[in-house]
Amino acid sequence: MSSVAPCACPRPCPVKTFWLLVRAGFRRHSTYRLALLAGMTTNSVFGIIRAYILLAALASAGASIGGYDASMAVAFVWWGQALLGTVNLWGFAEVKDRVRTGDIAIDFLRPLDPQLAYLAGDLGRAGINLIGRGIPAILLGALLFDIAWPPSGLSWAAGAVSVLLAVIVAFAGNFVINLLAFWLVEIRGITLLWMITGGLLCGLYLPVPWFPDWLRTVATWSPFPSMLQQPIDILAGRVVGAGIATSLAIQLFWVTALLALGQVVLRAGRRRLEVQGG
Amino acid sequence: MADRRLDLAVRLRPYRVLLASRAHAQMQYRTSFVTDILGTVGVGLAEFAEVWVIFHNVDVLGGLDFTAALLVFALSNLAFSLADMFVGHLDQLPRYIRAGQVDAFYVRPLPLLAQLMTSDLSLRRVGRLSVALVALIVALTTADISWSTATVALILLTIVSGTAIFSALFTTAGGLQFFLVDGAEFTNAFTYGGQYAAQQSQQIFPDPLRIFWTFVIPTAFVAYLPAVAILDLPGDPLAPTWLAWCTPLAAALAWALAGLCWRSGTRHYQGAGG
Amino acid sequence: MSIIETRDLVRDFKRTRAVDHLTLAVEPGEAVGYIGANGAGKSTTIKMLTGILKPTSGTVRTCGIDPMRDRIGVARRVGVVFGQRSQLWWDLPLRESFGILAAIHRLDPAAAAARTDRLVEQLEMGPQLGTPVRSLSLGQRMRAEIAAALLHTPELLILDEPTIGLDVLSKQRLREFLVAERRERGTTLLLTTHDMGDIERLCDRVLVVDHGRLAFDGTLPGLAATVGAQRMLVIDLAEPSLDLTGVPNTTLVESESGGLRQRLAFDAEATTAAAVLAHVSARHGVRDLTIEEPDIEDVVRRIYAASGRG
Repeated sequence: MSSVAPCACPRPCPVKTFWLLVRAGFRRHSTYRLALLAGMTTNSVFGIIRAYILLAALASAGASIGGYDASMAVAFVWWGQALLGTVNLWGFAEVKDRVRTGDIAIDFLRPLDPQLAYLAGDLGRAGINLIGRGIPAILLGALLFDIAWPPSGLSWAAGAVSVLLAVIVAFAGNFVINLLAFWLVEIRGITLLWMITGGLLCGLYLPVPWFPDWLRTVATWSPFPSMLQQPIDILAGRVVGAGIATSLAIQLFWVTALLALGQVVLRAGRRRLEVQGG
Repeated sequence: MADRRLDLAVRLRPYRVLLASRAHAQMQYRTSFVTDILGTVGVGLAEFAEVWVIFHNVDVLGGLDFTAALLVFALSNLAFSLADMFVGHLDQLPRYIRAGQVDAFYVRPLPLLAQLMTSDLSLRRVGRLSVALVALIVALTTADISWSTATVALILLTIVSGTAIFSALFTTAGGLQFFLVDGAEFTNAFTYGGQYAAQQSQQIFPDPLRIFWTFVIPTAFVAYLPAVAILDLPGDPLAPTWLAWCTPLAAALAWALAGLCWRSGTRHYQGAGG
Repeated sequence: MSIIETRDLVRDFKRTRAVDHLTLAVEPGEAVGYIGANGAGKSTTIKMLTGILKPTSGTVRTCGIDPMRDRIGVARRVGVVFGQRSQLWWDLPLRESFGILAAIHRLDPAAAAARTDRLVEQLEMGPQLGTPVRSLSLGQRMRAEIAAALLHTPELLILDEPTIGLDVLSKQRLREFLVAERRERGTTLLLTTHDMGDIERLCDRVLVVDHGRLAFDGTLPGLAATVGAQRMLVIDLAEPSLDLTGVPNTTLVESESGGLRQRLAFDAEATTAAAVLAHVSARHGVRDLTIEEPDIEDVVRRIYAASGRG
């Protein structure tokens, strides 16, 4: 990126390093082209089935449900499937494995903060997934169904920012979970719990506004809707105007909170590593 | 007769020993085993939550009320978790290939498919299986069913044939993965996708898809068609009620396709490399 | 009847021909070393012999059986070890792996127990029987793999790089065991290796494969004669001496430390190590000696050069 080039830092510039890591993540994941296509195919099959479920529900209700009409509901389904690979909902195990083997000590020696370094890699991964898996999926969805597009240029722009924030929220949450391996022998239970509650509450299966009140309250107070439901609502045009600002503010809050929590946990883990000598 | 039974016991002994060893290995790490079971309970509950949340908003979906939808959910999940437990690892074939395990299977005097099937037994899936069982019991006790021997027979036939249908899909996936290797995820489209389709009312789909899920990838036979017959509902105009009794036929056809895919896959096998 | 027989065997991969009109025969009771550079087609041949790979054209008979038609029939009569890959159950104790394999081969339980005991004793694996396979050392694992491959007393044992990565002592034990096993049961042996020592101790015949073609078929001394690969006698003398020139049938290759250590290359066809030693020790005080074998890579390279390839 040309905006990065004129950086005048005396030492290796962190912004430049970050950008290099983003590109490395992008390239690393773009070698699995067939896997991207395979993922897109599966996402699309689910997209088709789920779209008909929601359409049948709307037909049965005879009106819109939770603010969704037919084309918005279809947009909800297909944006969800399209962003599923971009936003890393199911988590990653790389950091956990490095904590377990002690390789994380090497990450501490590098000039860039480990959290930022892994975030950079994840943004690269998100980028290739958006291009190779997300965009084809949403185009296919638009081809097969009458889909609601973002109502304005503002919605497009805000939607893009919201997707970026969603990627960071999902990353930051998973990063904290991975770091628990500093203290726990086995974090599989926690990972599973995170994945299952996250999958349900993020708005992948059904829109959060369709939930019963109590479940919707639980979801609202969790970071999970910030990972999928909120960008989808902006892109599907259900959230417009001032609602967009609120939505982005909530996401920004979770980005800050989870990244800060990650820093705290990372430092505690580092102290533990130094005390125990790995 | 006694002779034949003995003969069968001897013939099946290798598989019994293989499965027992897999079960033994999983039990060694008790904590993570329990965690994994709870994990699959969670997956089952999340799947159920999707049905439940929809019926929080509507009373009828695709011609089914909540109890009927619960029966479809239960039958499809029961069949899928059974198939997943016994042969679900078939779609992990690329992992087996990379580990060189497939080469080892080739130099042992048992059929490849039988070896691969018995090479793992995912006992953790009992979690999801139990969610499906509870759902089935609740659905069968609350629904308005005129019980007869035929009903019981149909339910049992459905569970067995449904498991066979999903097993055939996993086997087809395994056979195709000899060709795909790096694109192994493709087969998720019809294994997991097929499961998702199977737990829906067929009436939500437009005609081409209904034909597809009935006559191409026959997941409609796993739950929807039998459930409609059990509950004596009008059902899908494209598929008469007596089709519910044809689940074994659908399973047999699915297995014929699976056998072909598997056979061409093993013949195409390139070795583990190196 | 040959125990291994291939005729005009060809196997193509996407762009390359791994095995190219290979015709060979191995008789029962023979011990054959199958060598060649990496990618020369050794593993591909073995995979066709065992029914893992389908030949592009040509015929294969293993124990008189077409492995593509009756893979299971071949598996009953052949034992195979792929050095780099395990056929054992890594998460179970070794004893259980043997038990499962006995069941897979449908061995009579009493006979299986006796055979297992015998192999465990010969391979000195008793202490490891309760150890999960993943915790075995490489040497222990390789002995376990070979025991596993021999459990059903196959007529033909195929070993793909059995000694790769093993230390000297482990190699030694493995070779001694294989010699004893062959003496006892007359098992036919086909092995691929990068270690000339394996060939020398174990094989009476060598096949060299190059670009999927048979480049040499004969005895080891014959191979040495063909390529002129020489053995090397390294002699440590009691006191510094002049160069040891003029020893019959040898060439002085190197002299170190003012003549304290000297290297004499000799042709195994023309003389013996003992004759060379006798000649030297008659004139000098010999403190120590070692024999260096020709490097297998070197031998293969020379074969390739002789057959006009690179």
